[in-house]
Amino acid sequence: MARFTVQVNGNRLAVESPPDRPLLDVLREDFGLTGTKYGCGEGQCRACTVLVDGQPTASCLTPISSVDGTSVTTIEGLASGDQLTALQQAFIDMDGAQCGYCTAGMIVEATALLKRNRKPSRSEIVDAMNPHLCRCCGYRNILASVELAARRWEASDA
Amino acid sequence: MPERFREDLCEPDRKELAEGPAYRFELDRRDWISSIGAGLLVSAAGKVVFSPGGASAQVRPSQRLHLGEDGSITVLTGKVEFGQGSRTEILQAAAEELRVSPDALQVVLADTAETPNDGSTAGSRTTPSTIPVVRRASAAARELLVRTAAEAWNLDASELRVEAGAVVGAGNRLSYADLARSKGPESTVDDNVPRGVPLTEVPDWTVLGQTLPKVGARAIVTGAHRYPCDIVRPNMLYGAVLRPPSYGAQLESVDLAPGQELGAVAVRDGEFVGCAAKTSYEARKALESISETARWRTVAHPPSEGLGTYLKRHAQPSAGGRRGARRREHGDVDGALAAAQTVESSYEIPYVQHAPLEPRAAVAEWDEGRLTVWTGTQRPFGVREQLAEAFRLSADQARVVVPDTGGGFGGKHTGEVAVEAARLARAAGRPVSLRWTREEEFAWAYFRPAAAFEVRAGLSEEKIVAWDFTAYNPGTAAIETPYAVPNVRTQYFPCDSPLREGSYRGIGATGNNYAREVFMDELAGVAGLDPLEFRLANLDDGRLSAVLRAAADRFAWSASKSSGRNRGSGIAAGFEKGSYIAICAQVRVEGGSVEVERLVSAFDCGTILNPGNLRAQIEGCVIQGLGAALTEEIRFAGGKLLNGSFAQYPLPRFRSTPPMETVLLNRPDIPSAGAGETPIIAVAPALANAVFAATGQRMRSLPLRASAA
Ligand code: FES
Ligand code: FES
Repeated sequence: MARFTVQVNGNRLAVESPPDRPLLDVLREDFGLTGTKYGCGEGQCRACTVLVDGQPTASCLTPISSVDGTSVTTIEGLASGDQLTALQQAFIDMDGAQCGYCTAGMIVEATALLKRNRKPSRSEIVDAMNPHLCRCCGYRNILASVELAARRWEASDA
Repeated sequence: MPERFREDLCEPDRKELAEGPAYRFELDRRDWISSIGAGLLVSAAGKVVFSPGGASAQVRPSQRLHLGEDGSITVLTGKVEFGQGSRTEILQAAAEELRVSPDALQVVLADTAETPNDGSTAGSRTTPSTIPVVRRASAAARELLVRTAAEAWNLDASELRVEAGAVVGAGNRLSYADLARSKGPESTVDDNVPRGVPLTEVPDWTVLGQTLPKVGARAIVTGAHRYPCDIVRPNMLYGAVLRPPSYGAQLESVDLAPGQELGAVAVRDGEFVGCAAKTSYEARKALESISETARWRTVAHPPSEGLGTYLKRHAQPSAGGRRGARRREHGDVDGALAAAQTVESSYEIPYVQHAPLEPRAAVAEWDEGRLTVWTGTQRPFGVREQLAEAFRLSADQARVVVPDTGGGFGGKHTGEVAVEAARLARAAGRPVSLRWTREEEFAWAYFRPAAAFEVRAGLSEEKIVAWDFTAYNPGTAAIETPYAVPNVRTQYFPCDSPLREGSYRGIGATGNNYAREVFMDELAGVAGLDPLEFRLANLDDGRLSAVLRAAADRFAWSASKSSGRNRGSGIAAGFEKGSYIAICAQVRVEGGSVEVERLVSAFDCGTILNPGNLRAQIEGCVIQGLGAALTEEIRFAGGKLLNGSFAQYPLPRFRSTPPMETVLLNRPDIPSAGAGETPIIAVAPALANAVFAATGQRMRSLPLRASAA
């Protein structure tokens, strides 16, 4: 057991934990942040994606010791109060969730994508999102959601 | 042409899973309970309160609709929401008939203590069965409001209108909340509910028939929605369960001490061995240490290699009953075959896994002998029975609540995870959360049945005059041909299945329709006709012909013939559970892989209730079907899965999603049928037929394995 400190959605949180315990478990079980999902534990579905210092990261494969002192953003940390992000709103508007179990990972990934690339082409979106599984296979609506958010973002910039 | 609803083709599938309880607990043996000490549960920032949702305080079982004095309106059904959109469509149905805005309504789903038992959420029955029930109850409530007002105001009911949740007339206004208050708290009005109130006609719909944003979408996109695996109860532990090393292995001995030494609760009850601890990490570590001490007696188990032959050899022709063998025959099949040009072929399909993204999960809590379990199951009342049986409880001592769940596709009919969580919670004396690992979900859930088919037909010019279809193990959904054939024999044999099998999207229809529709292409070839023309020439079902024509038109089927080398187009259609699908697909075969370049679906499920949700269901179902057609196949040997992980069992992804178009044929004159299952049944045969067009190779087994010429 050791003590680790992580900045999670802007709050400094500490946990006593074995060093190899996955970040995913700490978020869900110790910090009560259940929005981040387990789908496989092997890096193949990306339902567990969070941002570690801005980088999309599979939290199921990330030992808590490796994020000590970093800043982690989960799906719960995106909206500011009642104000949804453009991506969250677009997922509602384009019916981007069926069961919604993959949605947190999708939105977190797309948030990082739109941050580094304001005007991604469809194939750039597909490349960035391809590691994410949606077993409901709602891929078309998910793509449409990301594209809508990008368009709105662009419009609001203009 | 007849447009009958083919009830005869809509019987429940014989492969719906039905099996005994997962465990036989001793329960009278003393559980070893280790003390893990009070208050060790770390919950740093976790302030978690679970609310069962809705204005449930005054709701009682078997009520369909609750009108609150505070103006709240709650609709209750025993159906579940797994992503198919039932919650939204039920809300629309109630709002339409009550004449209230959808925002004014809440829907409570699947809680055995609160909602009526609407059976399992399966077989695409929510739309044709539950939606009408909700509409009738809501129309009755509206009529009650009108009659109460008419009486109070001494007016004729026909002068009154209901809008925005209140009846108005001659300057008066009475809302549902007023009605609730006038009846006194917690009264039920079952006795004087008006019966047989006419439902709103389709042309007058303002809420139904529209695309509505998904109810609960905001909670999903903010991460606030709690799936079964996210439920947190005070003092809760996390569980892990020991699995056999191979199918059929029996536990001979195991030592719980190593797990207990790590501070976990450890329990053995018959074949059940599990741990609970304050984190899932500790539960897993404790279980691993126990697992090292376990001794097993293993048994021989057949491999997936040669599965089709195995199934035929292990057919059970004398198995009777609703789940047994079946034979139907009309006309003189043998005579007609003898007189005609005969063609025959055989097909095989493997086991496939549903792999819902949320694995099985349950949280169980005991309170003075009463058990509550939150779990993702498509059969809440069935799972309550399983719990009652496992723990010798009466039905009212067990409660099953189903939070909106992360996918099922027919794969979550059973309650094994609920039983396991409850057994651990009983041993621990604290609530326990148990979520299966992906590995467990692959190996220990159940599979879409593997199957083999033998088909013969007799042709007389472009007409099929005899049809002889034998299916080993797929299930019976869509086993009867929808084509007009005078002499038909259909035989179904269940087989002794090496793996546990059960429902799936379309279940038996996936295999039966694949075999039939590939064979139809083979027959078209022999008859020298275009596959579309051949099908139309043998159809008298107007709706099936209509979807075929609609898909072909949008695809420009007749122009698609001139595809280049290793590129080809295929078509397939099917009917199941009251809805009709046709698919045209163009593929390119490159090396050993099949790339879908374009896909057009046409679909008819009667009156469309929510076009946006319908389109999403069809597209998701079709893309899921691409996996079963092109990549999915469970392989096993020595009682172990050889590919039980996402890395080894490739599923459709963004990159595998082809350009797609979906044509919706709305039939407001025909009652709505479900739509979440049928589209899948035409995917594999359309692709198989396209591969033949591209390469000349017949694809007689799934997944398709083509090689470029
Ligand atoms: S749970 Fe982390 S990648 Fe699947
Ligand atoms: S919406 Fe169900 S897994 Fe993506």
